[in-house]
Amino acid sequence: MSRYLLNKFLYTVDRDPALVQRYRDDPRGTVTWWEAERANQILNCHLPEASTWLRFADAEREALADHDYVRLFELGAHPFLTLTLFIAMFERDHEPLGFQKEYARRLAHFSLPYPDIAT
Amino acid sequence: MAKLVAVIASTHHPFYYRASTALGEDRPPFADEWVRKITAFRQTLTRARPDVLVMVGSDHFHQLWLDNMPQFLIGKAPFYDANWYNEEREFGLPRMLLRGQEDLSAYLLREGLDAGFDLAYSNELRIDHSITCPIITLRPEADLPIVPVYTNIFAPPLPQPKRFVQLGRTIRELVESWPGDQRVAVIGTGHLSLELGGPRQFGEHGPDPEFDRRAVGWIADGDLEGCLSEVTLDSLHAPGNATHGFMDFMLMMGVAGEGVKADYVDTLDLFHTMEAYFTWYPNGAPA
Repeated sequence: MSRYLLNKFLYTVDRDPALVQRYRDDPRGTVTWWEAERANQILNCHLPEASTWLRFADAEREALADHDYVRLFELGAHPFLTLTLFIAMFERDHEPLGFQKEYARRLAHFSLPYPDIAT
Repeated sequence: MAKLVAVIASTHHPFYYRASTALGEDRPPFADEWVRKITAFRQTLTRARPDVLVMVGSDHFHQLWLDNMPQFLIGKAPFYDANWYNEEREFGLPRMLLRGQEDLSAYLLREGLDAGFDLAYSNELRIDHSITCPIITLRPEADLPIVPVYTNIFAPPLPQPKRFVQLGRTIRELVESWPGDQRVAVIGTGHLSLELGGPRQFGEHGPDPEFDRRAVGWIADGDLEGCLSEVTLDSLHAPGNATHGFMDFMLMMGVAGEGVKADYVDTLDLFHTMEAYFTWYPNGAPA
C-alpha cells in the first residue's frame, strides 16, 4: 500500500489543468507515465534530488487507471482529493450536482467506520 | 494595547460567491435569502470598525501537503495572493491580493511559541477559500490587513479538540496584549456536519441535522464544557467525514471565551450543509 503516493497522484494532477484533461482522456496511459516520470519527484525540491522508492500497489494503480473512485475510497485515498479531481473531470457530463449525487449513490454501500485515510 | 473588537465564526461555503453574483436563470432559488443573511451578518463586522483581521481557516491541500504538514501555521508576509486554479475552476472564485499585518504575525509567532504552541510559519503563503470566503462575505472591499492562521483539520493525525480551544484562548490573550492601539477582529471559519467524497455528500441538508442543532447551541452559548465533553477526534466522523472542521469553530469558542453567549446567531439550512454565523463583541456591542 502506498496511500501517500495515491494521494500524491490525485493532488498533483488536480492542480494542473493539462493533466486533469490528460487523465480524463487517457487514464491508464497517464497513470503509467506519471508513475514512471513523476511519482518520485519530491515536491518543492530541485529536480535531481528525487526519491527512488515510491511506487503504487497493483490495486492502487488499477483503481486510478479505471477511474474507479469507489475503489479509491475503499483503499483510503483522501476523499477530498478524489472528489475534487473527479468533479473536475466529470461534472461537465452531468446536470448541476448530478455527478456529486451519483458519486454518493455509488458509495452508498459504505457505512461507518469508513476506510482509514491516514497516510 | 490592541483592542479585540469582534470575534466572528462562520462556515465558508465556496458556492456563495457564484450564487450571490448569478443572474437570471443561473441564479439559484436560495440566493436572495442567502444574500440577505450575509448582508446582515456583514454588518456585525462593519459596526466593530476593525483595523486588522486575524483570519483562522484551513488550507485544503493547496499549499500545505502531506510531505510537510503543519498542525498550526501562521502566515507572516506583507501580501497574500489568494485562491487557486481549482477553486476558480470549481467555484468561480476570483483571484485576490490581500495585505498582511506582518508585525502582528511576528508577535503571535514569538509569543505563541513562548506560550507553548510550536507554530509553523510561512513567508510565502497563498491562501484559499477558507479565508477568502469570509473576506467575500464579511469584508468584500478586502481593504484590511490580515494575519492568516491555518489549522490542520483533515490530514490525520490531527491535534485534539482541546488543543484548538487552547490555541483560541492564546490568540485572544496575544491579540489583547499586542502593543499598539489597533482594533482587531478575529474571524474563523469551520464546518458543522459535512461529508465530502463519501456516501452522505450533497444531500438536501447537512448530513447530520441533529449534530448541527447541538453544535449551534454549543457555539451560541459558549458551552465549551458541554462541547468538549462530547466531541472527540473519533466522534467527529459520525456526523460526516469532513466534520473535523468543526474544531475551527471550537477554536473560535476559545477566542470568545467559556460561557460567553454570542451576540449574534443566525443559520441557513442549505443543501449539502448548514450555514451558521456567530458574532461576539468582547467589549460590548458597538453603537
